[in-house]
Amino acid sequence: MSREVSSVEYEPVIGLEVHVQLLTQSKMFCACRADYQTAAPNSRVCPVCLGLPGSLPVINRKAVEHTIMTGLALNCRIPSYSKFDRKNYPYPDLMKGYQISQYDLPLAVQGHLDLHVNGHTSRVGINRVHLEEDVAKLQHLPSSDGESYSLVDVNRSGVPLMEVVSAPDISSAEEAQVYLTTLHSILQYLGVSTGNMQDGSFRCDANISIRPRGSPEFGNRTEVKNMNSFRSVFLALNYEFERQRRVVESGSQVVQETRGWLDDRNVTVSQRSKEYAHDYRYFPEPDLPPLVVDPAWVETLKDQLPELATQRRTRLMQDYKLSDYDASVLTASRDMADYFEAALEVQPVSEDARDRLAKSVTNWVLGDLSRLLNMDNTLIGDSPVTPPMLAELIGLVDSETVSVTLAKTVLEECFNTGKSPATIVGDRGYTQINETSSLVPTVLEVLDSNPKAVDDFLQGKESAAKFLVGRVMRTTRGQANPEMVNQLVAAELESIRNNQSAKS
Amino acid sequence: MPLDREQVEHIASLARIGLTDDEVEMFRQQLSDILEQFQALAELDTAGIEPTGHAVDLRGVLREDEAGSSLAAEEALSNAPRREGEFIRVKAVLEE
Repeated sequence: MSREVSSVEYEPVIGLEVHVQLLTQSKMFCACRADYQTAAPNSRVCPVCLGLPGSLPVINRKAVEHTIMTGLALNCRIPSYSKFDRKNYPYPDLMKGYQISQYDLPLAVQGHLDLHVNGHTSRVGINRVHLEEDVAKLQHLPSSDGESYSLVDVNRSGVPLMEVVSAPDISSAEEAQVYLTTLHSILQYLGVSTGNMQDGSFRCDANISIRPRGSPEFGNRTEVKNMNSFRSVFLALNYEFERQRRVVESGSQVVQETRGWLDDRNVTVSQRSKEYAHDYRYFPEPDLPPLVVDPAWVETLKDQLPELATQRRTRLMQDYKLSDYDASVLTASRDMADYFEAALEVQPVSEDARDRLAKSVTNWVLGDLSRLLNMDNTLIGDSPVTPPMLAELIGLVDSETVSVTLAKTVLEECFNTGKSPATIVGDRGYTQINETSSLVPTVLEVLDSNPKAVDDFLQGKESAAKFLVGRVMRTTRGQANPEMVNQLVAAELESIRNNQSAKS
Repeated sequence: MPLDREQVEHIASLARIGLTDDEVEMFRQQLSDILEQFQALAELDTAGIEPTGHAVDLRGVLREDEAGSSLAAEEALSNAPRREGEFIRVKAVLEE
């Protein structure tokens, strides 16, 4: 008896929860500095964030504004009445035994985010954006007698944390990744978070279940945690989709549970520890009266919203005649778009020249500069080649002071030394040779010492000319104006050909 | 409505507190008494009154985002039952 292969096609149903640390000077409910990442352990703590009895929280205005602005950028409604609640659970990272969070009346609700995936647009609902506090950092260690213990650093406790919860509208790992990069870019443009995933400023958990394609019902969901990069979210969701599909196709049911992604093994594993029933016993935070959000305040924040990636892309395409592709890549990161525009603003130029300059800057930024930055693991905001330096280099190429080939070498030296391109060109003698008189002797010399190539050319092998041009460029250490060398070599070969036909 | 032992044990487990049988009984009685006191509130007619998390008519007050000083590390750690360097040391939480 053969078993029939299942012909049902499944699709994943994915919802994402993103936790974002907000960029503020002070913590969520006290005046301790929020720069816990660089501070000595337990040096950014006070009675409030240590959870000492008798202390009282006071809400950070900036954190609320960052959350409302994020809500607005995600097309949310901002209710005029919001409140904080206690989420109770005992764990050593939670100093008070509860986390101040928002339960039923978050700061922003019912929004959406439009995604551009493979040339089409899809809309993902945003259920809510709420504000809470981060918890202390635990370090788990084995002790000498074999028992393990934990070290607590309270610095992170009380750092403002915003949670963005999507509707389960995402139907592929790829779409999930685009959702995250789009959200990430919005946060960057708003300037509300560093969005750094490695240091935990931007963390993502995913809820995923599967269903037969097109069916309104779906099975048990699992919650996937421990994904530390966009790439691992993509891999983990694909893995989890396949795992659930196999479970269902083997006739079993997916167990509703929390699973952790293991980056080194590329699998998710059950985190049974989290399976005991959560009973958070939410109740309104008695230490904080409800928050009345004045619509006039929201309007003011709306006016302060900066230009976001989508708008900037459109503007760059219009203002600088960039292609859709170039504009998309440049604006995906605010820092890169800022760099691009800074390089263009170094000197005022005519509209025509500006479009050409824009194309040059784009090519350098997306090409050689990005390559150098990636190799060196440096962010474009920290680039040793500053926008004025890049503009200077492009100027040197345009004025034919340095050849395009050598300009790449100059960029690399500029990147490594921080010296200005003009200085490097001067110091190294990279100045382009643009005078025919100084190039002709070299061209003749190269033709003389490569009789075979000259012969090949005369036999009709056109590519031999290219070879000879290359030789001239090499002899001049790349300094010759390539266009000029092309012309000189061609002219010289032509005259040899004419001489020969005159003789015969 | 008095609590039963199971409810007390559930509350104790949520708080990660181990109780002896006698203590379960003691807290069962004490917590039941407290709940009974609150039952007095049920005598009021609350029809037509909107539920609220806060009885006092206060609005949230916001603080400007300005950083102030924190406790000195020695002071911050002075209550810690156990330390290791600048850290508070705690028993590992068993991931059951």
